[in-house]
Amino acid sequence: MCNIKPIDELKVSPIEIVNLSAKINNNLILDNISFEIPDKSITAILGPNGAGKSVLLKTINGLVPISKGKITFNSQETSEAIRKKQAMVFQTPTLLRRSVLHNMEFINSINKETNILDAKFLLKRVGLDNFYNHPARLLSGGEKQRLSLARALLLKPKLLLLDEPTTNLDPYSLKLIEDLILEESIKGTTIILTTHDMAQAKRLASNIIFINKGKVLEQTEGKVFFRKPATNEARKYLAGEILL
Amino acid sequence: MNILLEAFQQSFHLVFNFDKDLFEILFLSLRVSLVSLLLSCLIGLPLGTILAIKNFWFRDSILIIFNTMMGLPPVVVGLIVYIIISRSGPLGWMGILYTPTAMIIAQMILIIPIIVSLSAQIIEEIQLEYKNLFKSLVISSQDAVKAYLFDARYSILTVMLAGFGRAISEVGAVIIVGGNIDHLTRVMTTSIALETSKGNLSLALALGIILLLIALTVNFLLIRLKITAKRKSYV
Ligand SMILES: Nc1ncnc2c1ncn2[C@@H]1O[C@H](COP(=O)(O)OP(=O)(O)OP(=O)(O)O)[C@@H](O)[C@H]1O
Ligand SMILES: [Mg+2]
Repeated sequence: MCNIKPIDELKVSPIEIVNLSAKINNNLILDNISFEIPDKSITAILGPNGAGKSVLLKTINGLVPISKGKITFNSQETSEAIRKKQAMVFQTPTLLRRSVLHNMEFINSINKETNILDAKFLLKRVGLDNFYNHPARLLSGGEKQRLSLARALLLKPKLLLLDEPTTNLDPYSLKLIEDLILEESIKGTTIILTTHDMAQAKRLASNIIFINKGKVLEQTEGKVFFRKPATNEARKYLAGEILL
Repeated sequence: MNILLEAFQQSFHLVFNFDKDLFEILFLSLRVSLVSLLLSCLIGLPLGTILAIKNFWFRDSILIIFNTMMGLPPVVVGLIVYIIISRSGPLGWMGILYTPTAMIIAQMILIIPIIVSLSAQIIEEIQLEYKNLFKSLVISSQDAVKAYLFDARYSILTVMLAGFGRAISEVGAVIIVGGNIDHLTRVMTTSIALETSKGNLSLALALGIILLLIALTVNFLLIRLKITAKRKSYV
């Protein structure tokens, strides 16, 4: 009867990145990179500070314009509908000048499919159920990150972009959040995360992308990357040596 | 010191005897300042918001102009408004010289730059803070602006109080365009000027004390507001 697919069925992965370059203030930050993100996988993007990991996630999310090449989501170029299926957790959490619960309620106000019960459920999942009325911007660093993740999950994304989601977390919260990430993945969400925690990358990611100075140097399976990195740069990075 | 004591006594006397003339003057002062504040916000807030979030080539020039206008001497504004609305001026036909309307217009010219400049600054700041998040959430610019204004409400309120403070304490403009006519355009500040020139120093001082109390109340509210907002990290 009706051949317009409901928005919910819109698939946004696999993701294909082909010869992608991105500039910020005329500086080339991503330099002709290509790789693939399989559907429903967890991909970890690794690389030293300033490699371009955050910029890459932002480019996928449509926040940094593409200057060359393309990104396709299940063979389609990005669109508002596709971007609405993505959720991003920023490296430095941006929280509204409101209470914890109101930060979640803001998402409910723009996304009519979720309600306060979903919000409260997710806050409980990230261990913030005692913080409903707490001003979000007065949370600790780790609490902010967890709120940021809960807010992203409230969007019920099909593609979750996590920029160092666990840098500030204590061991208990780290486990809590990693379990949540794995659970999301099992539910069928495609996840791309960046991290400097190699053990975490090993635990979570099936797919590793190693970048340095805006170039992709390796794309391999997790197991392979850590056992036998193919490039000198990756070997040095894993050994904790400075990359020049 | 004698005169100060006398002035205090007189101001108490005026207030607690509900002196009819005093309250007439007081209410006109409040009315003129509140109406000019309200109208200035209606014009200034949308303008400030647009200047904060839109990027057009002469935006900075407009902001510089409004910033400069924040320091306009009230007498100069009074003079200009006077020239425009006086009988031979371009808006002379409206016949509003020496009416509260003229005073409101003059005060609006004094307050609008404050509202525009400061609100633009506030909204630009919050916009920079939220921009990437909102872009990532793919929310409409309408919803974004609503969120900016809502989350900046404490700061915007302080701007409004600052505008009110400038209006209620200002004398140069209202005396020129209002004329300080008894029962018609006489307000607190113009009465003080008048009584001083007549040599009724203690009465002038008494009125000054009452005006000071209003200013004090406004500032007290301002500080409370700032403390609350800061405590909740809403600014
Ligand atoms: N808004 C910006 N303006 C100017 N330069 C930028 C901007 N954002 C990023 N860059 C530059 O782009 C490069 C890559 O930055 P990016 O934030 O992606 O690094 P990263 O790999 O995420 O590093 P980290 O591990 O420290 O988070 C850096 O050299 C940085 O200086
Ligand atoms: Mg980064």
